[in-house]
Amino acid sequence: MGSKWNKSNLMGWQFVLLPSALILLFSFYPMIQSLLLSFQSGKGNVYHYVGLSNYARLFSDPMFKQAVLNTLLYLIVQVPIMLMLGLVIAYFLNMPGLKFKGFYRTAIFLPCVTSLVSYAVLFKSIFAVDGILNRMLMSIHIIHEPIAWLMDPVWAKVAIIAAITWRWTGYNMIFYLAAMQNIDPSVYEAASIDGASKTRQFFSITVPMLKPIILFTAIISTNGTLQLFDEVVNITNGGPGNSTMTISQYIYNLSFMYTPNFGYAATVSYAIVIMVAVLAFLQLKVGGEKK
Amino acid sequence: MRKVSAAAIHLFLIMASVVSLFPFVWMLIGMTNSSSDIVKGKFSFGSELSTNINKLLDMTDLGGAFWNSAVIAVIGTVCTLILSSMAGFGFEIYRTKGKDRLFGILMLSMMMPFAAVMVPLFRMFSSMGMLNTPTAVILPTITTAFMIFFFMQNTKSFPRELLQAGRVDGLGEWRLFTHVYMPTMKPTYAAAAIITFMNYWNSFLWPLIALQTPDKKTLPLIVSSLASSYNPDYGMIMVAIVITTLPTVLIFFLLQKQFVQGMLGSVK
Repeated sequence: MGSKWNKSNLMGWQFVLLPSALILLFSFYPMIQSLLLSFQSGKGNVYHYVGLSNYARLFSDPMFKQAVLNTLLYLIVQVPIMLMLGLVIAYFLNMPGLKFKGFYRTAIFLPCVTSLVSYAVLFKSIFAVDGILNRMLMSIHIIHEPIAWLMDPVWAKVAIIAAITWRWTGYNMIFYLAAMQNIDPSVYEAASIDGASKTRQFFSITVPMLKPIILFTAIISTNGTLQLFDEVVNITNGGPGNSTMTISQYIYNLSFMYTPNFGYAATVSYAIVIMVAVLAFLQLKVGGEKK
Repeated sequence: MRKVSAAAIHLFLIMASVVSLFPFVWMLIGMTNSSSDIVKGKFSFGSELSTNINKLLDMTDLGGAFWNSAVIAVIGTVCTLILSSMAGFGFEIYRTKGKDRLFGILMLSMMMPFAAVMVPLFRMFSSMGMLNTPTAVILPTITTAFMIFFFMQNTKSFPRELLQAGRVDGLGEWRLFTHVYMPTMKPTYAAAAIITFMNYWNSFLWPLIALQTPDKKTLPLIVSSLASSYNPDYGMIMVAIVITTLPTVLIFFLLQKQFVQGMLGSVK
């Protein structure tokens, strides 16, 4: 019996060895390379160690500061809006007896299957100066003259936030909806009998019971926002004047657009690694505490 | 009172649906209009469809790009499914302390931003002389911790008695995997296939770095480069966007249930 178990345990390693090796090779090995590269400088294939000078440059680099601030702004503004919106829509779609649920769910989820590049380019055309959005806003008298969405540092950020919200709200909604369907309806019935309003039920029953899943979506959204690239590159290409540039785009530019500087690019990329780690840790700490 | 709030909820959901669907309608209308009409916000069907299609076919190797995208997405998906399901099967069925520890380490890769590995990956593939090939696009995400996790989660409900029965019948462990596990887990494979296919089909940043010559480019790269020109021709870009979006929308409508299940597999 014992030898048989050992044999099948060995078999188990055969199944996991190749896939694990591939992840180590294509994720962990480059991470270590990146770390080593962040202490180097050079051109072409000739690189030499320069100690911490790349890291010193990081703190006096206005473009890096701008990219970090932009990225954090997207994070602070967009993620809460999107999660809240996803939660409210899921709550409505979960109400017993609501009609056309299937249609609403499909319509709101559909943006999630588009490629990031395609939808970004679509939004670029929608946000054109004499484009459809300005026309609609003017026709219902919300604005009186066209807004130069993508040419203004503030409005360009608004456009990008709107685009990301469009693409990802339905994605989060699906997670919430699934979690809500696991909540026993009798909990709501009891609350109704006790006279709790729908709004009250939402905040006192739904949100607390969904906490683990809200935490999960918050972490993946944070992770995604810190890596934001496709949308910004295709809607504004970082402009006007770097006002929408993200950290990922800055790393790409340092590596492949400006005179290639892989060493410094690696240093900047470690800034994202640290931010991802810190934010994930904070969210787990805040989200996990009151369990 | 109840009627009023139900109406308000419907109004809200209708607005959300209109906003969600609007860009799709916009791209279908845009496909039939000239670039200047699109930029001027014309919101009705035009008669430029064939002109736009012809311009796009003249300007780009659209068929080639579609083929490149399909090769990467199909081969990538098949390989990912085989490798990730092997790992999911191995980690879950033959559970040991050592494997649990290894799995924990692999999961860390989910938190790694791609930007942090792209330069070393670029140098790695360039030194192997593999840049500008579909293989270079496929390899970095051929196994992901997420997919392994997904298969592990689904394997938890796999009936172990089937394996015992197979062993009694004299099947080896690999045969158990291919002849018992794989057929039983078909729905899991379907869900994983859709998610993986979409990821490969829609990927942009890594192909942008790894693919360098026009004949190797994928559809998202074509759309992006057309749109980033000084004076983009939106009419033909809309055609390219529709062609890029169509396969994933079709897959979604055909396999909606599996797709949604696939996403939820990660939080079960």
